[in-house]
Amino acid sequence: MYRYDIADKTLVRERVEQFRDQTRRFLAGELSDDEFRHLRLRNGLYIQRHAPMLRVAIPYGLLSSQQLRTLGKIARRYDRGYAHFTTRQNLQYNWPKLEEVPDLLAELAEVEMHAIQTSGNCIRNTTSDHLAGVTPDELDDPRPWCELIRQWSTFHPEFAYLPRKFKIAVTGAPQDRAASLVHDVGVHIVRGPDGELGFEILAGGGLGRTPIIGQVVRDFLPREDLLSYLEAVLRVYNLEGRRDNLTKARIKILVRSLGIEEFRRRVEAEWELIRDKGLRIDPREIERMRGFFAPPPYRKLPDSDPWDGQPSTDAPGNDPEFRAWYRYNTVAHKVPGYRAVYVSLKKPDVAPGDATDAQMELVADLADRYSFGEIRVTHTQNLLLADVEQTTAFSLWQTLKAAGLATPNIGTLTDMICCPGLDFCSLANAGSIEVAKIINERFEDFDYLYDLGEIDLKMSGCMNACGHHHVGNIGILGVDKGGEEWYQITIGGAAGADASLGTVIGPSVAKANVPETLARLLEVYVEMREPEERFLDTVRRLGIKPFKERVYATPAAA
Amino acid sequence: MPRRLLRDRAIVADDWLYAAELTAGTDTPAPEAAASSAPRVILGLDQWFAERDAWIARAVALGVVLLPEHTVERLAPDLARLSLVACSFTGPSEGRGYTQGRLLRERYDFQGELRATGYVRTDQIFFLARCGFNSFELADEDFAAAGAAFSTFTAAYQPANDRGLAHKLPHP
Repeated sequence: MYRYDIADKTLVRERVEQFRDQTRRFLAGELSDDEFRHLRLRNGLYIQRHAPMLRVAIPYGLLSSQQLRTLGKIARRYDRGYAHFTTRQNLQYNWPKLEEVPDLLAELAEVEMHAIQTSGNCIRNTTSDHLAGVTPDELDDPRPWCELIRQWSTFHPEFAYLPRKFKIAVTGAPQDRAASLVHDVGVHIVRGPDGELGFEILAGGGLGRTPIIGQVVRDFLPREDLLSYLEAVLRVYNLEGRRDNLTKARIKILVRSLGIEEFRRRVEAEWELIRDKGLRIDPREIERMRGFFAPPPYRKLPDSDPWDGQPSTDAPGNDPEFRAWYRYNTVAHKVPGYRAVYVSLKKPDVAPGDATDAQMELVADLADRYSFGEIRVTHTQNLLLADVEQTTAFSLWQTLKAAGLATPNIGTLTDMICCPGLDFCSLANAGSIEVAKIINERFEDFDYLYDLGEIDLKMSGCMNACGHHHVGNIGILGVDKGGEEWYQITIGGAAGADASLGTVIGPSVAKANVPETLARLLEVYVEMREPEERFLDTVRRLGIKPFKERVYATPAAA
Repeated sequence: MPRRLLRDRAIVADDWLYAAELTAGTDTPAPEAAASSAPRVILGLDQWFAERDAWIARAVALGVVLLPEHTVERLAPDLARLSLVACSFTGPSEGRGYTQGRLLRERYDFQGELRATGYVRTDQIFFLARCGFNSFELADEDFAAAGAAFSTFTAAYQPANDRGLAHKLPHP
């Protein structure tokens, strides 16, 4: 992974001191609430329902064991012993004290971490595929490019006061695990006309109040031009994005109002004027950056999976629970003898994405023992040990299970994405954690979940769509109805390479009826599906009509 | 009392007047008023296009205010006749001036005074300076700490326009 040099360290330390001074001025009454708000938001600090919320950047979701251990220690020392992993691969503390935040940031800086640009109207953390570098279907590793973008965008003097926040996702595989089509800019590694690697650039995707799928701005960009092209996109957006109405200020609204052709014309015209200036990436710099993400020292292992097929004896690996976990919570690795292993943060009675201090420290230890000391955060709010020897999977599972980190549900209905909702967030209309809990209680039969197969359930507590509900195969949106929490259900959304927005099935339902509504949707699917057909594909084939009819045929008895 | 200003990292009395200040309380047309006291005058963009020749004939030095919605391109052909361009920041979230500044310096090679006016606080100075600004109309309470703002960071990740800083920032 990328390691800080002296310049990186200096910048992060100087940032801590800058923020310490800003906090001091606020507490001394030298800065008004509003003035401080503009400053603290650029450093990930929100004032939330109960206390400040601090969002820590995890660049493209990659952590060293030392970093994760520190995140756990901070959760214990400055918070209430837990933290929340987000859909943008970041981490949130929900209970830090404002006056202690500078010290917290200083501890983060010691392990090459920060909260720079994790909120506010600026370029946010660049996200990526959590299987980067290990997935067999990858064209090229996106992480060196993510790091180049991280550096270019950090403290970019021109783009610190954009019309609205700006999110970039980079992927290097045909299967899009980073939801890049619903980002302000999506960067896809592709091959050009002569087989050389470069980028397809998309813009104008986004969720929130006006969900839009991103469109292609340029189908092939030479790789040395990535930063100058992004600078051109940002410059056009900074000058021309709307600033008169916050809900119309994202780049998606600009792209839509200009039309993609005119937007492209403006970006290309700007790019022509700057592409040969100081931002061209030197091939040696590309190689230097790739060096940070070189493969770890894998052992040469036989290409046979010890857990494939039934063992003949009563070997420990015969445990059906382990087998289910191995099937659902581990995925293929490009190197023979290795698997990538999900650490599930979806325990039924815990808010999705939450981890305790002890769990973070344990996963850090497991990363050291089983996976070259690195951990990834997935945008589906789980953790991943990317480089685990297959033969060690059973002992790893035993430890994870004992710690409540082995719920064997990855990719199934209850592996849901969920924002913090009304319980923590001052923007939310409705709770999401409680709904996650009653869904888990209703769908606790793993055999049924496995029979349903791959289903993305995504839930947001308000229109801001932090839980990505528009692109859930099933989406749940919390709405406020005369002071009560109600939930609008969509189906048919998808976040991958075939991204689509879900369709609302009808009137919203009361909280207690959410599980029954889901049960009816799934009933229709089970009755109507063709062999091997995923829920998403059944919805796409049939439309929402049969689902809608079933849900609203009779009142739900909660 | 003349306006105070941070220019080239020093606190100075502003030696420029806005056109509206020049004629406040008098009936004298602005260009004539300028001629009598021979000051340096900052005009609005529309005023510049409407009265350009009269001003050039009379004033010693001329500047123009760009509002956030103005494009730098409109002013580009006239930059050689201007000694100052002031970019206006209308509030704490206004950011178009940062791009205007870089375009003025880097695309149009503007060598005169580049001033930030409007909502300009200490915490913006570093980035403004990296976008080519060398003068700042600060809020009164901000002058004391403003000098330190130029060295908030001692390195940078990206090339920009660092003429407003005392030091050249190293970047990869």
